[in-house]
Amino acid sequence: MNSETTTQPILICGNEAIGEAAIQAGCMAYFGYPITPQNELTAYMATWMPEKGRVFIQSESELAAISMVFGASTLGVRAMTSSSSPGISLKQEGISYLAGCELPAVIVNISRGGPGLGNIGPAQADYFQATRGGGHGDYRTPVLAGASVQELADVTFLAFDMADRYRTPVLILGDGILGQMMEPVRITHPEPVDIESKDWILGGAKGRPPRVIKSLFLGTGALDAHNRKLQERYRIIREKEVRYEAYMTDDAELIMVAYGITARLCREVVRNLRRDGYKVGLFRPITLWPFPSVQIAELCRTAKGFLSVEMSYGQMVDDVRLAVNGKLPVEFFGNGGGEILTVGEIEEFTRELILS
Amino acid sequence: MKDNNLEIIYQRPESMQDVPTHYCPGCGHGTAHRLIAEVIDELGIRERTVGIAPVGCAVLAYDYFNFDVTEAAHGRPPAVATGMKRVRPDLIIFTYQGDGDLAAIGTAEIIHAANRGEKITVIFVNNGIYGMTGGQMAPTTLISQKTATSPRGRTFQNEGPPLKVCEMLAPLDGTAYIARGALNKPANILKAREYIKQAFLNQIEGRRFSLVELLSACPTYWHLSPSESMKKITEEVIPNFPLGVIKDER
Repeated sequence: MNSETTTQPILICGNEAIGEAAIQAGCMAYFGYPITPQNELTAYMATWMPEKGRVFIQSESELAAISMVFGASTLGVRAMTSSSSPGISLKQEGISYLAGCELPAVIVNISRGGPGLGNIGPAQADYFQATRGGGHGDYRTPVLAGASVQELADVTFLAFDMADRYRTPVLILGDGILGQMMEPVRITHPEPVDIESKDWILGGAKGRPPRVIKSLFLGTGALDAHNRKLQERYRIIREKEVRYEAYMTDDAELIMVAYGITARLCREVVRNLRRDGYKVGLFRPITLWPFPSVQIAELCRTAKGFLSVEMSYGQMVDDVRLAVNGKLPVEFFGNGGGEILTVGEIEEFTRELILS
Repeated sequence: MKDNNLEIIYQRPESMQDVPTHYCPGCGHGTAHRLIAEVIDELGIRERTVGIAPVGCAVLAYDYFNFDVTEAAHGRPPAVATGMKRVRPDLIIFTYQGDGDLAAIGTAEIIHAANRGEKITVIFVNNGIYGMTGGQMAPTTLISQKTATSPRGRTFQNEGPPLKVCEMLAPLDGTAYIARGALNKPANILKAREYIKQAFLNQIEGRRFSLVELLSACPTYWHLSPSESMKKITEEVIPNFPLGVIKDER
């Protein structure tokens, strides 16, 4: 492990890959609080950020960590925090303020089983929280979901770029498996960091009028005008930033929809069922918000039905149903115990669904 | 007397905007704002100062100060300040917090920012009540004081005694300077100004965490006139919250 751009693949876990990518993306400040299963990321940043002359603080709480991110972001630097499900619930206060104040930030959720303390196993039960804003108020945050250690690193670069471009907090949603498992990765970011000139940052009103960063709008119509501006930005994000992978969907009659580690399992199910002659495909959203609704709607012209597979008891399936809009049946398969699904059980359910 | 014989000896500090404030008659926030602005002018740091406004009556402080200011969630200014100061140690970062913000919901943030020895300045305005939300009991409300949420008066048994923030933070090794002033009469106000100046000077000179508590009045929710409120500070508040420099590690 090192913090130089690597040309040879290195073997690291997902949490470390996010940390390394963040450093290479120019993250100048990281604030974290211990929680399993994301601790390797905090430890990686504790090791490497000071080496680079950058800021690392282990905060007193997740509330403080996200507020430290807020502070760093007001000065225009790239800042990040990470946690897992219960900790992300605490960070929602700060995420709402970041959204309201139009501040860029990257928040990583290596999610685990819930509700409450749940357990420390992998889960996809935070989809609702991630994609519906999460905190209070009328806002959205882009949510990026990788399906491999390599892709976690890739979406980390993207997260920082999107956060700066749209002045918004961006979430990276992984799970306990992706965070912990090791895979060979190449982490390189040859493109220059895309930071547009930030004419809004604080840093001393030298030779200019003072600037204020706030989310409070008391005058009649003022908050509505502010929220309309945010909504317009979300419209542009929806238009430009949808990312997904379609695997053997062109002629598929049944299209499985899955993200993150679950999509890796479903890909194998598709391969197995294809061998047996079943026309099955996989549609994998990479942006959970904006959700690839248009692309799923288009698939309704060729497919006969959808199957959403998740490590939850049915969250993303709501978005699939909204996209399909009643045109075709949408089925669901999942679990909720902080345990990974198996290829066997997904395949069995899918086979029975096809034959029914 | 001709104009050219006049000398300006008192005027609006450059660090204040030329706008009316929304504060009630007798409220201490206007005085506190002015003292901070005067000190910032005097130290010549206006162009490298960033303030953090609280949630509470002073939420609109950014409309009155003439330098960069950000808001923060209720209680989180010390964490926000930490993020800023660590990233830009060359800036002068201060938080402006009330007793609900600093001593209730933000207790963890203030203790840990102090204990880490963050090189920031904290101005803590203690009026013993939640003013913005309508006069509820604060951590610093006096025993037997009646508020919207302690209508029979605060008791030691039920709500505990008022929280003494300065005395709580002074023993922490991370703190360099802890002082308590009062905004009830000119002599105390001038003394408070000295404390505020020292707290900013410490940051300029790279010393650790500095905090100045300012005992302040809320005539509206104390249900007293402004002059009665000043008397109350003298007779009831100061005996509970002794004035002076509590810690000075220069």
